[in-house]
Amino acid sequence: MGLVLTEEQTLLRDSARDFIQDKSPVSAFRALRDAGNEDGYSKELWQGMAEMGWAGMLIPEEHGGLDFGFQGMGIVMEEAGRTLTASPLLASVVLGGSAIVLAGSDAQEKDILPKLATGEILLALAVDEGAHHAPERIMMSATRDGDGFVLNGEKTAVLDGHIADKVIVAARTSGTPSQPGVTPEGLTLFVVDGDAQGLTKTRRDMVDHRNSDTLTFDNVRVSADAVLGGVDEGGHLLNMVLDRGRVALAAEMLGSMSQVFQLTLDYLKERRQFGQLIGSFQSLQHRAAHMFSEIELSKSAVLAALTAIEEDKANASQLASLAKAVVNEAYHLISKEGVQMHGGIGMTDEHDIGFYLKRARVTEHALGSTKYHRARYADLSGY
Amino acid sequence: MATHDAFREETCAWLEENCPASMRTPMAEDEVMWGGRKADPKNPDSKLWLDRMGAQGWTAPMWPKEYGGGGLNKEENKVLQEELGRIKARPPLFSFGLWMLGPVLLEYATEEQKQQFLPQIVRGEIRWCQGYSEPGAGSDLAGLQTRAIEDGDDYVINGQKVWTSYANYADWIFCLVRTDTSTKHEGISFILFDMETEGVTTKPIKLISGSSPFCETFFDDVRVPKSQMVGRLNGGWEIAKKLLQHERTNISSGGFGASASAGLEQLVKDHVGEEGGRIADPLMRDRVAKQKMTEHAFSLTVRRATEEAKAGGEVGAASSIFKYVGAEMNKSRYELLVEALGDQGLGWEGDGFNSDELNVTRQWLRSKANSIEGGTTEINLNVVAKRVLGLRDHQ
Ligand SMILES: Cc1cc2nc3c(=O)[nH]c(=O)nc-3n(C[C@H](O)[C@H](O)[C@H](O)COP(=O)(O)OP(=O)(O)OC[C@H]3O[C@@H](n4cnc5c(N)ncnc54)[C@H](O)[C@@H]3O)c2cc1C
Repeated sequence: MGLVLTEEQTLLRDSARDFIQDKSPVSAFRALRDAGNEDGYSKELWQGMAEMGWAGMLIPEEHGGLDFGFQGMGIVMEEAGRTLTASPLLASVVLGGSAIVLAGSDAQEKDILPKLATGEILLALAVDEGAHHAPERIMMSATRDGDGFVLNGEKTAVLDGHIADKVIVAARTSGTPSQPGVTPEGLTLFVVDGDAQGLTKTRRDMVDHRNSDTLTFDNVRVSADAVLGGVDEGGHLLNMVLDRGRVALAAEMLGSMSQVFQLTLDYLKERRQFGQLIGSFQSLQHRAAHMFSEIELSKSAVLAALTAIEEDKANASQLASLAKAVVNEAYHLISKEGVQMHGGIGMTDEHDIGFYLKRARVTEHALGSTKYHRARYADLSGY
Repeated sequence: MATHDAFREETCAWLEENCPASMRTPMAEDEVMWGGRKADPKNPDSKLWLDRMGAQGWTAPMWPKEYGGGGLNKEENKVLQEELGRIKARPPLFSFGLWMLGPVLLEYATEEQKQQFLPQIVRGEIRWCQGYSEPGAGSDLAGLQTRAIEDGDDYVINGQKVWTSYANYADWIFCLVRTDTSTKHEGISFILFDMETEGVTTKPIKLISGSSPFCETFFDDVRVPKSQMVGRLNGGWEIAKKLLQHERTNISSGGFGASASAGLEQLVKDHVGEEGGRIADPLMRDRVAKQKMTEHAFSLTVRRATEEAKAGGEVGAASSIFKYVGAEMNKSRYELLVEALGDQGLGWEGDGFNSDELNVTRQWLRSKANSIEGGTTEINLNVVAKRVLGLRDHQ
């Protein structure tokens, strides 16, 4: 696509938009929350998404997927983001699926990909160990034990962790922590069954009502064929997987911020005070025009990053950090201004705008804050 | 594809033969070639390079051949730009004629006017200035009062322009004049005349950066043949706005693009220190990364707009965003540099400062004009809010 959608991609976008608007409007998310759903997503909706082929978008055809490519994934994420759709797309399809597709052995691929492509099983990726994203500081230990390994430690902020059938976990087999722009050494990725002995999964109910869970590994024993990729060689793989997650998430956030902006713009054209539409006040006009330009910059960064990943460009990591940081800042601003420009009604639970504000902060933080990605971008650029 | 390969080969050979070695080096501000009757380049190669490129029509590669342009299509032009970039060739000509006037002449001028003016622009023979702003008409440009009154075959012009960039070096002016006082926008005409015409005087104005790139320009009974009006009588506002779009696109893309990305991180490293290849001060490093990211996203957006236009979309509205974002970005870049240089970034002149440092200071001051010239930031935000977002004025 470069920076403009192809015809085929436009068709995909239109069908994704129709499906999402029809099956998953914001009211569907609201209903899910009101019902106190413990899964954090609707199984029925997920079934429908899988039927659309979205669970298999990144999976090769030989394993039952559509192999539609990363740009297509981005298009779907953006549409899902518009209505705050809660689904396993990011955790299972993008993060988990990419890990297997990039590094899975024949046996792992055969075992996992066909069922992943139909949406029958869900994956999760367990990376962080504190309140901030820091994959290069992983300390969870994996020690050799006969043919296999024993895992010990705690993982935090595992997206959709407690509902995962299999967890891909990054642990340290050697080496010491490094810097954000430097590929971490001594890490190994393992595929662990969700019901493995010694693994405890605890849901954390976040402000956006998605799952960002805590997983405790207490002497979890895995065999050698649980290793994903090579022993001590997980750093590079983890980077690639995380970059895919960051860019897909940035695409989702782009959809969300475009929608908050639209909601806000509609309100500026409808609400009257002092006998005027509030959108005729210049202080609001200028802020709206500024937000619009931030969205335009975000769109370019996201499209360039999607393309770089799809085409396996050398600067994919740099563009991933660019996209995540630029989108983080823009969504932050627009979600905040959205509430402000709605006045009192923007503070009510009844109005959707608050959902976007809350989701914004969680997504800004997930897979690397603005500060994290600025530091990484600087590292990757040599300053 | 094959045809472009051939074109690339020819272009490459031609450039090899015709681009003087000294024109393949970085250019200081006082080496810029503006052309015109008064051009007096420090380096005679500048003139040679302009003459050769002008004769090829490659100062205006995509203008039609019949008006002196290169007659290239988009693909060929891309090849040409790539080859020019590859040998690091200097732009042969900086010109308001190329950037602003030419495009509107192509759209609005009569055949005779095109024949008369366009080839001169291509060859850089005539240097143009822009007579828009007046003391009472800046942002509210349509409030302009410079009067043109019919007298036989001529108009007689009286009034004053201000902030006229390089008026004292220019040969001709494209000028907005009032031809009807009973209405506002519909009473404006677009007219061209020689700055040597009797009754035209200019007076340079000094800027905060110390240089004097613009003037007050006075018209005292200036006689201009009617044939030099572009478009119809009282039809100048549409042309004026079109020209402003070209100007804004130019200020934001060419204007800040090239120099904007080079060197920021190195200068900061040099002045605040470096540790293991990183800028030592983490706060400074964070701000440099933020700045560079905005520049990166901006250049991707310029590229996206070009691709969208190629794919058949509309340009126009996007150019207003570019002007706003580009101007603010360039200003913040220089604020960052001045801060990184500390005391050394605030020198005026003399031995206490090296030329790079003095250049940063002067450029920092110059950059403040980015959000004023060619329509202020506030006016550009107004335009985006109203035209792109559809917000209304007070009723
Ligand atoms: C370096 C430089 C080169 C220039 N070159 C040329 C040239 O070659 N030819 C030429 O004709 N002109 C030129 N200009 C003039 C330029 O176009 C004007 O300065 C500009 O249009 C602003 O007009 P003004 O200076 O009268 O400011 P004003 O219009 O008086 O603006 C003052 C302030 O009020 C704000 N303001 C005004 N109206 C509104 C509004 N409706 N809403 C919100 N805020 C508003 C402005 O944004 C600004 O901040 C040049 C200017 C500079 C700085």
